[in-house]
Amino acid sequence: MAINYGLSEQQIEIRNIMREFALERVAPARQELDEKEEFPHALLQELGGMDMMGLYIPAEYEGFGGGSLDFCIGIEELSRICIGVSVSYAANALGSYPILLFGSDEQKKKYMPAIAKGKKYAAFGLTEANAGSDAGGIQTTAVLKGDKYILNGTKQWITNGGEADTYTIIAMTDKNKGARGASAFIVEKGMPGFSFGKKEKKLGIRASATRELVFQDCEVPKENLLSREGMGFIVAMKTLDTSRPGIGAQGVGLAQGALDEAVNYARTREQFGKPIIANQGLQWLLADMATKTEAARALLYAAARTIDSGEKDVSKVSAMCKLFSTDVAMEVTTDAVQVLGGYGYMREYPVEKMMRDAKILQIYEGTNQIQRGVIGAALIKEYASQKK
Amino acid sequence: MHIVVCLKQVFSTPQVRINPETNAVIREGGEWIINPFDEHALETALALKDTVGAKVTVITAGSQQAEAVLREALARGADAAVLLSDAAFEGSDAWATAKILAAGIQKVGAVDLIVCGKQTMDGDTAQVGPAVAEFLGWPCVTYVRKLAVEGTTLKLERLFEDGFEKVEVVLPAVLTVGKEINTPRMASLKGRMAAKKAQIAPVNAAALGLAPESVGRAGSPTRIVKMATPPKKTGGIKIDGSDAAAAAKTVVEKLRELKLV
Repeated sequence: MAINYGLSEQQIEIRNIMREFALERVAPARQELDEKEEFPHALLQELGGMDMMGLYIPAEYEGFGGGSLDFCIGIEELSRICIGVSVSYAANALGSYPILLFGSDEQKKKYMPAIAKGKKYAAFGLTEANAGSDAGGIQTTAVLKGDKYILNGTKQWITNGGEADTYTIIAMTDKNKGARGASAFIVEKGMPGFSFGKKEKKLGIRASATRELVFQDCEVPKENLLSREGMGFIVAMKTLDTSRPGIGAQGVGLAQGALDEAVNYARTREQFGKPIIANQGLQWLLADMATKTEAARALLYAAARTIDSGEKDVSKVSAMCKLFSTDVAMEVTTDAVQVLGGYGYMREYPVEKMMRDAKILQIYEGTNQIQRGVIGAALIKEYASQKK
Repeated sequence: MHIVVCLKQVFSTPQVRINPETNAVIREGGEWIINPFDEHALETALALKDTVGAKVTVITAGSQQAEAVLREALARGADAAVLLSDAAFEGSDAWATAKILAAGIQKVGAVDLIVCGKQTMDGDTAQVGPAVAEFLGWPCVTYVRKLAVEGTTLKLERLFEDGFEKVEVVLPAVLTVGKEINTPRMASLKGRMAAKKAQIAPVNAAALGLAPESVGRAGSPTRIVKMATPPKKTGGIKIDGSDAAAAAKTVVEKLRELKLV
């Protein structure tokens, strides 16, 4: 029996719908999307019609009004079949959270409904060539001139880059203030001076679009500033705290998908006159894979529920579930290739893609070393505030 | 436009097997689903709802369990659902089923168009759609693969094994569709949540004004004498083809033996 997580009727339905969609639509398409490095436009459009693109967006902005756990369950099921597709799906939330968390009602009304319906995609632009984990090193600038901000600089490795219409961009409004001199902006595709650079060739998640955003005297209306000047770093950190469980959900789903493949293969593959699953050595490997996956899921759901409870400081739990789930995904997908042996290494079977795909989870939205740093910093803070 | 879609709940198994003693289909390792062709009928109606505007009512005749296919249709976007259910309906053949459906559709009110799957995956008769049209006295166009609406006229293409036919029909009419016509959509989350709560009250024979003996086994002209698994095909004769001339000679000899040439 699977663990009973006490999911609501709505959460069970989200899981059912996403599972059906992943099996019927994504599974037959994933290999070709991966090989052709093709953005899963048709799949995302269909998810829009199924209310899935607006799962995390409040009902007042035409979304479904779901919480973190609802969204994580959706991402998990999609990731069980393909995280190249699920990252293209989830990156919309990453691009939207700055608006949802810090935008004015007017900004939310202007941008969220189209994203909720899947008519437009969103992307988040933080990373630069010299500013990855160290967001303080951002070199893109924004200078106020009259009623417009003028943006200059290049963002790198932006998921949904080129495909999205709505971009939330972190740029420096005051370089002298370091991290406190950063601000967040909503930039629309088509604004003068905004163009796209090269599309990256990647190890995995090849269905997703990863591209440079180039700003050359890009004119952004003043009202597109999110919150106020100097809030950019906080916008970025809160956005990542909120979105990280989504990466954890990708890890749990991917690990589950690899476990599904490994167990099914081991049950049917015969060597020495018996199915290979009859070997204790293999059973123990599969048992460890299953246990780690379930532990990752339990931590993910607990973290998502903490966010849904309205808890303010979620940095630690959010980092923990991202760290643990994605390390598990890397281990379990690697073990799945081992279970399938030579077949596992061939592109004909899905586990080689799963293993290639898994690596990014330990890197993006903060490397797992950065996650450990976040957890460490939280520990220092927690224990320092405890009375002796 | 008011469109009625006829649905049937069928049992799907990877391989259909029949119990030789009871002549019943063995229901193991499978699931109850909407008859696949009916999914395309539903999508035909939902697509018309999206493009020209329509109310879509789904209808099925079956046990209480068949309610599941109606709920799935509501989840995908149908507006109303009708379950025709009565112990007297049990054992209905294609003729009696069509009679029940036609009576149910007449109770639904003013209807412009009825869409059915071209056949079911269990009975495979392809008779129910046309028979519903007969009971209602409406024209029927079968095997539709393409459809366009122009006022009260439908411009249609019918697909055959060796080509297609262009046909026009004036509403009201009955269509049966194949899988070529569209790709059925999947249910939406809001649709699923609303469909769970939908009230579907079963409509019985009395409510339809059908005498119990006019439907079900008693009202069905078809008699099932025997159900059996078709005999396995034997292997045939394999001729080594490495020497083409010799192989051709052997083939001709065999055909001569069988007096086929």
